[in-house]
Amino acid sequence: MANPILEMRAITKTFPGVKALQDVSMSVERGEIHAICGENGAGKSTLMKVLSGVYPHGTYDGSILFEGEEVEFGSINDSESKGIVIIHQELALVPFLSIAENIFLGNERSHRGLIDWNVANSEAAALLARVGLDELPVTPVGQLGVGKQQLVEIAKALSKQVKLLILDEPTAALNDNDSEHLLGLLRQLKAQGMTSIMISHKLNEIAEIADTTTIIRDGRTVETLDMVADEVTQERIIRGMVGRDLGHRFPPHESHIGDEVLRIEDWTVHHPTDPGRVVVDSANLTVRAGEIVGLAGLMGAGRTELAMSVFGRSYGSHITGKVFLHGQEINVGTVSEAINHGIAYATEDRKKYGLNLIEDIRTNVSAANLSKVSRGGWVNSNEEIKVAESFRQSMNIKAPTVLALTGKLSGGNQQKVVLSKWLYTDPQVLILDEPTRGIDVGAKYEIYTLINRLAEEGKAVLVISSELPELLGICNRIYTLSAGRITGSLPREQATQENLMELMTKERDQVR
Amino acid sequence: MTAMAGLKDLFTRNLRQSGIYVAFVAIVGLFTILTDGVLLSPGNVTNIVLQYSYILILAIGMVIVIIGGHIDLSVGSVVALTGAVSAVVVIQRGLPWWVGVLAGLAVGLLVGMWQGFWVAYVGIPAFIVTLAGMLLFRGMTLQVLGNISLSPFPAEYQKIAGGFLNGFLGGQGIDVFTLLIGAIAVLGYAFSQYRARLGRIKYQQVVETMPIFVTKLVLVGLVGMAFTYQLSRSRGLPIVLIILGVLIIAYQIVTTKTVFGRHVYAIGGNLSAAQLSGVKVKHVNFWIFVNMGILSAVAGVVYSSRSNGAQPSAGEMFELDAIAACFIGGASTTGGVGRVTGAMVGGLIMAVMSNGMQLMGIDQSVQQMVKGLVLLLAVAFDIYNKRRAGAAR
Repeated sequence: MANPILEMRAITKTFPGVKALQDVSMSVERGEIHAICGENGAGKSTLMKVLSGVYPHGTYDGSILFEGEEVEFGSINDSESKGIVIIHQELALVPFLSIAENIFLGNERSHRGLIDWNVANSEAAALLARVGLDELPVTPVGQLGVGKQQLVEIAKALSKQVKLLILDEPTAALNDNDSEHLLGLLRQLKAQGMTSIMISHKLNEIAEIADTTTIIRDGRTVETLDMVADEVTQERIIRGMVGRDLGHRFPPHESHIGDEVLRIEDWTVHHPTDPGRVVVDSANLTVRAGEIVGLAGLMGAGRTELAMSVFGRSYGSHITGKVFLHGQEINVGTVSEAINHGIAYATEDRKKYGLNLIEDIRTNVSAANLSKVSRGGWVNSNEEIKVAESFRQSMNIKAPTVLALTGKLSGGNQQKVVLSKWLYTDPQVLILDEPTRGIDVGAKYEIYTLINRLAEEGKAVLVISSELPELLGICNRIYTLSAGRITGSLPREQATQENLMELMTKERDQVR
Repeated sequence: MTAMAGLKDLFTRNLRQSGIYVAFVAIVGLFTILTDGVLLSPGNVTNIVLQYSYILILAIGMVIVIIGGHIDLSVGSVVALTGAVSAVVVIQRGLPWWVGVLAGLAVGLLVGMWQGFWVAYVGIPAFIVTLAGMLLFRGMTLQVLGNISLSPFPAEYQKIAGGFLNGFLGGQGIDVFTLLIGAIAVLGYAFSQYRARLGRIKYQQVVETMPIFVTKLVLVGLVGMAFTYQLSRSRGLPIVLIILGVLIIAYQIVTTKTVFGRHVYAIGGNLSAAQLSGVKVKHVNFWIFVNMGILSAVAGVVYSSRSNGAQPSAGEMFELDAIAACFIGGASTTGGVGRVTGAMVGGLIMAVMSNGMQLMGIDQSVQQMVKGLVLLLAVAFDIYNKRRAGAAR
């Protein structure tokens, strides 16, 4: 041991008014998988930006030693030339270009200024084999799913003779199968001598794969855990991250289930551009007052499509079926009709579909129910600020004022703004699509507490999630969806990860 | 917070907004010196108002289009078409002047509905729709006019852009009526600001300290009164300035205080999020273009009145001046950001520069180059600001 490939010593990085990193030190052994954990805003991403040269040398204090020598990176190009490659959470691929073109983008296999496509494609094929991606190098990246795109990013990193691979939330957008494959690949690369740093919120993955874990809290290194020798549990990591014992990851909740609120009958949705394809196939589903119902399914099973098609036909074409609210059939042809009937849908992709990032908290909170703070088409902005301010306090949104731009908030706080927006519409039915994706443990707990509170107020809550433990932790009942069909409905007491997974994959094989 | 620190804070926080006012003051100062004060002489101030009013009217509509995330390249052609229709009605058919105005506005309405239909309901990018419109409406202008110019308009019609209100209250060389209207406008502004302040205090929000608030009002009041004083020493209150003033106030309110305005910002800021929040996107987009069509018609009537006739080539390049005014005024190229007041100041910057350089006898070719560079620098400054704000995270 004690052969560090990377040492970061006493890194301090200040932004105007904020100390983002204070005296952070970490050391990464050659050939290990090193996990970095911390709540959102703890400084993980900032630390990686310092390492990769996004924040150039001179804008921070402290020193970085790579392969034993001190390095001073002025830009990402400098760090890449040394073999440090970072793969960001938001993938940086060009959808219309082929896999090979993407892999060698900025690093083209050329001869006297002309690209040698034969070399490029054959090298790309070799890299694809290495990452276990069975696709042709000429396939456009836009045709691949997120999981496969992630592999293309890794192939791209490998093409740059990478020595230290940094992955920022690599599995956040992946389903379980793809995550499993990615983790397997990391293990395989490790066997070949690659060093990786992985930032992740998924503690089970960290417990499974990491050799060492560094925990950062409020811009400081809290501790470094040896995962192999000490048999570190998820609870142990959480304790380090939040500085307190959460006891349980899910708040206790006693439910009082009332009458049926939402019922969907025989709901069939076709693909918007390919009407021959059935995305949701005669789905039946009910949610009762005070009930928290889960909707589980693999990626592509049609969970989001089901929810969005019910929410004012925001997705799909040739939609048939009936929606009932308190036993009355309702028409939800447009989003505003759905909102007026008391249905709210909080999207899985808050940056793309949930928030206007260049506007402040106030305008985002009132966006779905502007009429409530206006009279005769006139907005009362003072009333609007008051409303937003009350949500800022009750939802514990960490921002100086409600005039702060939502684009500058952390993921957890952005999610709270999205939820505030929908709570302000005073819904009877809340559809929450991946409500805790990409947010830290502390904020997750707050959101679970909120979901419980909403159920206690008698609202019907439908939660869509890729994380089965989450559904098992908070739901009264869980539906499983596979290839557009509802394949089961299990009460919490009967559901386990195993039998849910079985139902989630069941019909798919028969359909194919 | 002391008054000085408060003032400084006000400026640094709103650099994006205040930067443009500082630039405007600097440019006015520069050209006042370069023209030995002619720029701010009573006759020239009046001139600037008359000469650039139609660009400012177009910029009002354009900034809303741009906030919504679109662009309109056809406004120059629409100015020509509406002016031509009006000229045909009044000059060729001999109908009263107001029938011509209504005919022009009706054509603007139809043009707006046409373009709004394609953008909102068919989903064709506004760039393409209005590029087609630019050709289409220019061609129609030529058809309507039969390739010739029409003139002159009757005196009433000419008054729209060239007439003045004055002399109602007398005065010797200084028109008291104009001063009175100016004073009413300044007091109205002060009163509305004061009411807004009271409203904010009632809701327990942070307001500027009293000295800063008063300083701001006094500054605005002084500039406003100096401007009206110069007008009153010349020919009085231009009718077109009244039209422009009413439009600015109305659209400032529409963009900042109404649900429609809020929806325009929401669509430009994040289309998908707006859609999923129940904003009727198609409906809003349609009305953005209807509004632009009508404002283009107003500009078309004003321009035809000012040039006392309709020409086949009227309004060429107006779209670029209007677009430039919006971007100089801080609108974002990607939508969601912009202000009516900003676009007005942006338009005035262009106006003062053109006028100043004309007074100095600078060649047309140089004028064009300078205007081009100013547009480029203004947007570069904006991007620099945004990046600085981003880095401060």
